[in-house]
Amino acid sequence: MSTKSDRIEIRIGSALEYLDLVQTLTDCITGFIGFDEDTAHWIGMSVRESVTNAIQHGNRLDQSKRVDISFEFAPDHLDISVKDEGTGFQIDRLPNPLDAENLLKPSGRGIFYIRSFMDEVEFIPHAQGGMEVHMVKKVPSN
Amino acid sequence: MKIDTRTVGDVTVLDISGKITLGEGTMAVRNTVREILKNGGKKIVLNLAEVNYIDSSGIGELVSSYTTVTNQGGHLKLLNLTKKIQELLAITKLLTVFQTFDNEQAALKSF
Repeated sequence: MSTKSDRIEIRIGSALEYLDLVQTLTDCITGFIGFDEDTAHWIGMSVRESVTNAIQHGNRLDQSKRVDISFEFAPDHLDISVKDEGTGFQIDRLPNPLDAENLLKPSGRGIFYIRSFMDEVEFIPHAQGGMEVHMVKKVPSN
Repeated sequence: MKIDTRTVGDVTVLDISGKITLGEGTMAVRNTVREILKNGGKKIVLNLAEVNYIDSSGIGELVSSYTTVTNQGGHLKLLNLTKKIQELLAITKLLTVFQTFDNEQAALKSF
């Protein structure tokens, strides 16, 4: 890997069939960077959850809308962005899945898992429309 | 994703292998559990030893199956959690909800 950051970008349609493709690409990138197996697994899951949300909740499976995914990697970190074309949401209004009244709900854990496994997570609403999830995972120093 | 169903006494054990993810995987678990309930089965064990990947929808389906079975007067228990499933259940406090076992005989005897 070069000492500067490298970037890979893909644009996919709003179809859940793309999830395995994105997952495979993520696994290739985390393997290339040299993350250990567990960390790579959790990064892959975080990306999968973000893209699922973008397709399902952001773009509402509208085939005319796209999801942009970018991976920027430097020797000390992996920076991932997932952007949809939806109307966005207010992150502080999402129910806490750990609250007793939410514990048995079948959904609502994806963002919690992303926040648990990535070092930094930001939700950025764009003025021109769309929500971006920006995630960072640091590469442990040897 | 594959589900093999077997009965041990009055307990139905589902040996699940592969991925439990949004779509085909979650639907297969849901449909199989509902079919067992429809046929009068009330004691269900999900053997997760060979589940190599699960996402939040898969975890949600485990919860949904648990509540569906419980609401119909049955019991659903989890067997052979992988390290990763254990972690996903632990951080979302779901280990306090499910009865989990790492030994099939113990799971069968628990009903």
